Amino acid sequence: MVEILEARVLNPQITLLKLKAERIAKKVQPGQFVILHQDEKAERIPLTIADSDPQEGTITVIVQAAGESTKRLCALKTGDSIRDVVGPLGQATDFGEAQNICVIGGGVGCAIAYPSAKACHQRGAHVDLIAGFKNESLVILKEEMTAIADEFTLISDDGSTGKQGFVTDALKEKLEQGKKYDLVIAIGPIIMMKMVCKVTEAAGIKTLVSLNPIMIDGTGMCGGCRVTVGGKVKFACVDGPDFDGHQVDFDELMQRNRTYMEDHRCHLEEAK
Amino acid sequence: MPNMQNEKTPMPLQEGLVRITNFEEVALGYTEEQMINEADRCLHCVNHPCTAGCPVSVMIPDFIQALKQGKIDEAYGIITRTNSFPTICGRVCPQENQCEKNCVRGIRGEAVAIGRLERYVADHHTPVYPEKPQPNGMKVAIVGSGPAGLACAADLAKEGFAVTIYEALHEAGGVLRYGIPEFRLPKRIVDEQLDQLKHLGVAIETNVIIGKTLTMQELEDEGFQAVFIGSGAGLPKFMGIPGETAAGVFSANEVLTRVNLMKAYREDHLTPYYQSNHTIVVGGGNVAMDAARCARRLGKKVTIVYRRSLAEMPARKEEVEHAMDEDITFMTLHNPVEIYKDEKGFVKGVKLEKMELGEPDERGRRSPVPTGEMIDLVCDCVIMALGTSSNPLLVRSEPRLQTNARGCLVVNEEQETTMKNVYAGGDAVSGAATVILALGAGKKAAASIIKALTPNKA
Repeated sequence: MVEILEARVLNPQITLLKLKAERIAKKVQPGQFVILHQDEKAERIPLTIADSDPQEGTITVIVQAAGESTKRLCALKTGDSIRDVVGPLGQATDFGEAQNICVIGGGVGCAIAYPSAKACHQRGAHVDLIAGFKNESLVILKEEMTAIADEFTLISDDGSTGKQGFVTDALKEKLEQGKKYDLVIAIGPIIMMKMVCKVTEAAGIKTLVSLNPIMIDGTGMCGGCRVTVGGKVKFACVDGPDFDGHQVDFDELMQRNRTYMEDHRCHLEEAK
Repeated sequence: MPNMQNEKTPMPLQEGLVRITNFEEVALGYTEEQMINEADRCLHCVNHPCTAGCPVSVMIPDFIQALKQGKIDEAYGIITRTNSFPTICGRVCPQENQCEKNCVRGIRGEAVAIGRLERYVADHHTPVYPEKPQPNGMKVAIVGSGPAGLACAADLAKEGFAVTIYEALHEAGGVLRYGIPEFRLPKRIVDEQLDQLKHLGVAIETNVIIGKTLTMQELEDEGFQAVFIGSGAGLPKFMGIPGETAAGVFSANEVLTRVNLMKAYREDHLTPYYQSNHTIVVGGGNVAMDAARCARRLGKKVTIVYRRSLAEMPARKEEVEHAMDEDITFMTLHNPVEIYKDEKGFVKGVKLEKMELGEPDERGRRSPVPTGEMIDLVCDCVIMALGTSSNPLLVRSEPRLQTNARGCLVVNEEQETTMKNVYAGGDAVSGAATVILALGAGKKAAASIIKALTPNKA
């Protein structure tokens, strides 16, 4: 059992969980993830690690309620516990030698965009951060992001906070203003990452995306997380979760992530 | 006088069309009467060829002799002298290729049903928990809690080593837990075996991935005098054909893990299972049979597509027959070349190429030869059961561990890897094989570790 040292509701859909996990805290690098398995009957849920403290032996994850298992994770309180936590999984983010970086987060993706931006900042890079949300009530980590970004841009779909529009609008604006980036990191809904990659591909800027496909074990065993990258099939759990965004087949990933959401049964009489 | 009946005493089974509505065990086990009838078929050959066919050298005629005399606990003692896991082996060993293959009764009829008798002993003996041995002050780490790791742990613990098993998943048992379905190996049996090990003092730490959570170096630093790697061959293979990344295409590993480890077949568990009316399972091994039989229980029509003929199928004959009894269709001499998807990216059919048999390959199996003739099949789910390759996760983290061209760990005749005091066995060394071969390799490594760490004893 893993103890929850802090459970903090960030917005009606998103909860931050700080967990006692000494071994993982000691090892984790930016971009890696853990799998949470709340109790015997729950699903195994992969979540990128948002923060860690090797001294106090803690890791932090930020969960968005989507299905039943994530809803139940979001309902946990300080002092509760989780049956299983395993990690750190996946490869660490490779920031390369980038010195001018634009980090883009969408919705709960900001939970990871923020620590990525922080890591870039600590490496001495110039970091602009663009954060997009549906509306004001869903904004998370605003102060934290403002504090570490050289330039922080808040965007909302409906204009209820920050500028009205999409993160791609803000990115295009910066590029039009003559901003030069040698790396863009985009973390958020698949459609957002796809649109960001369209912009950066045209501008010739290397772009990393962090993928969150369906997976069970996180160690390469189930193959549920396969994604097509540069025409080759990769396992996001062991080869990723970060990939070169210009190589990722986002449409296929969107389809695969809908595997359990729709009924696609064939007609039995046709299946001779 | 021995019973000269030519056929094995039949195993009572749940009826085919009944069992596809549940996940209860298919083979129900012999009654006492059936057991006696079968035990009486053993001729007690002086040179016991059956024992020579057993990867862990169980003294088969001796345990059958004890059974005949009604001494079940004595029979259990004889088996467990060399095999700690008879409840498992009695159910999942391919006896027809091992002990039973050498049985003299097999010359004129069917071999003695050694596996079924072993299972009878294991299921009916008086439960005994082993005495915890005197600690010898040394500790050994085991990577992976599948059959190789469990066998190694059992033998080391009996010698007084303090053994810690590290398991990546949240439940121990490896393939016995996530791979083999409940209806072939009930999980309570795996739990019982784990309990036995805990009584011997073995510690099991789940949720620890060696190579990620802890490194090999850290195990050394923590004072483990030896390490045994039994991490299995976990990486599923795919065909590399168009459409294989469509939604509704799975590895057999994923399907089995959802069903067995995550219990997707139970209403009260949240892990989903993909709903399908016609599932195609590609492959002809035991894993293909397991996946097909799970799919049959959770869906409707299931077709196994295999590129050779029934005669070349690597699956156990018994498993093939059980699958056929469960109304699973076999389409041999066909091979998928493309998976069709609908506009939303979901599987809607497969294109199969007809095959014919050519020359025997290096293992003596006739190879499939493409004919160029194609047919289409409507389906909504495809499960790839093409075998597995070794997982590079541990090796990537430890350059001192050398692997061969297939990515399997290189070991010497003592099962020692290229790292000193680090041993390995099971699928991580051999590539995908059987539970009993993994048990045998785990035992062999345990013997090597005992010899290396306690030289004066041997």
